[in-house]
Amino acid sequence: MKESTDRYQQWIVGIILTVAGILVALPFIWMVFSSFKPESEISSLVPTLFPKQFTLENFQNLFENMNFGLYLKNTIIIVLCSFVGLFLNAMAGYAFAKYQFKGKDKLFYLILATMMIPGQVTMIPVYLILNKMHLTNTMAGIVLPGLVGAFSIFLFRQFMTTIPDELLEAARLDGASELRLFMQVVLPISRPILAVQGILTFIAGWNSFLWPLIIANDENLYTLSVGLSLLKGQYGGNYALQMAGSTFMVVPIVIIFIIFQKHIIDGYTISGMK
Amino acid sequence: MKKSKTPYFFIAPTIILLSVFSILPIVVALIISFTDINLTGLADYSQINFIGFDNYKEVIKDPIFLKSILNTLFYVIFGVPFVIILSLAVALLINFGNARIFKAFRVIFYMPSITNVVAVAVVWSYLYNPQLGLFNYLLKLVHLPSVPWLQDPIMAKISLIALALWRAIGVNMIIFLAAIQGIPKTYYEAAQLDGANGWKQLTKITIPLLRYAIFFVSITTMIGWLQFFEEPFVMTNGGPLDSTTSVALFIYHNGFQLSNFGYAAAGSFILFIAIIIITLVQFKFQNKNVDY
Repeated sequence: MKESTDRYQQWIVGIILTVAGILVALPFIWMVFSSFKPESEISSLVPTLFPKQFTLENFQNLFENMNFGLYLKNTIIIVLCSFVGLFLNAMAGYAFAKYQFKGKDKLFYLILATMMIPGQVTMIPVYLILNKMHLTNTMAGIVLPGLVGAFSIFLFRQFMTTIPDELLEAARLDGASELRLFMQVVLPISRPILAVQGILTFIAGWNSFLWPLIIANDENLYTLSVGLSLLKGQYGGNYALQMAGSTFMVVPIVIIFIIFQKHIIDGYTISGMK
Repeated sequence: MKKSKTPYFFIAPTIILLSVFSILPIVVALIISFTDINLTGLADYSQINFIGFDNYKEVIKDPIFLKSILNTLFYVIFGVPFVIILSLAVALLINFGNARIFKAFRVIFYMPSITNVVAVAVVWSYLYNPQLGLFNYLLKLVHLPSVPWLQDPIMAKISLIALALWRAIGVNMIIFLAAIQGIPKTYYEAAQLDGANGWKQLTKITIPLLRYAIFFVSITTMIGWLQFFEEPFVMTNGGPLDSTTSVALFIYHNGFQLSNFGYAAAGSFILFIAIIIITLVQFKFQNKNVDY
């Protein structure tokens, strides 16, 4: 008797979640299907879910007339640069985890304190500083301000504190230099946290929008999201084209996320609660 | 541990970058908030005048700034409780399920939060479109009148909250799930022996033990909504009639569109101080409530 009410409840919860899940996924589904419809089908007053007439014309249009190839290249450059930042964060996290040095605690608290500063306060001064350094409208100006981050340093430090000191000492006795020790011993051990941070870094770099928008005056430096917002402004009525642009931005991230979701979601559990 | 220079070499790049792009800007922001710096001042520093508290006096009388404060309060008052309740509810439901399939729901609910905000705005603008949008079409199917999703001042705020909710549930759901799974099973076994039903277990064990997670989520969510920016920026650009302008968007407009850098910096400091005060009040409130 108890067994059957339990199964009954499981089914109800499953149905509630399925309905909610469909609602949450609806914008994605709608976006992908619409991107394969011709413009005439989009603007008909009776919408269809599946494209009646399947077309790749919108995607072709993005690359042939809208410069999306260039935007894609810029976005990939930004992603690659942000991995350099990830490396710098790991280095700093390692130093805070495994070395004793003067001013260590004070510097670490200073880094943590930068997390409290709202982006709106630093936005304008950072622009003025970059302007003074003649870095506005350059790739360096887009990349540098967000290159390192306190939260990432904090997570690396948390993880690397758990590396046994004996292991590091043994490598030192074998004559490894400090930098080699970091590259060949510490980084390989830190694979789990590197995986989580790497995926999050990729997503953040791929999605970067506001800073490229502020810094880049030149179309040559636009990222995919800036290009997409341009598309929204200029071709406001052409939803087929806009949906193709969005699909092109979103689908790679969704695929990467689904492949690595276990790392990200479990990473939260590991790093968040310790 | 004797190699005294090595750690400095490891931390130097991050310390330099954070100093230049996080700490120095705070000082710069404070200084320029007392000046009249604008585009002319940017080109020629001798044109910048020190004007004392004038920016602050002016900005608190600016009707658009006052409107943006009211809008931000609207976002916070409706946004924060909805984020907490919905993400907690989803986490509890997912945790309740035994079957493997329930894990897949984590992925679905998390997906919106990793999606690019411009792409989100583009897709939702289409969904919200008064003539071609899916939402109004669905309303028409069930013979309801169409809704001016982004055209009416109040409705536009609600539409933006709905969109932000959709993006916010994922991360907070994961935090709640982690916390729920951290509760020792023995508590529930003891409660079952005492004959407590599911509802009793939820209200007497789960929710009280989630207090820390709920507090964490409410602080971060509150700070997030106080800085609400991207959604109104890309979806409505503050319209109609500034009814969706948040404080953060007001700062952006004044700084980068009108180039009143000093004036915008003054506005940003008011926001910063408000965030600090509200966070401290929440911490104080929480400390009074902890009694175990």
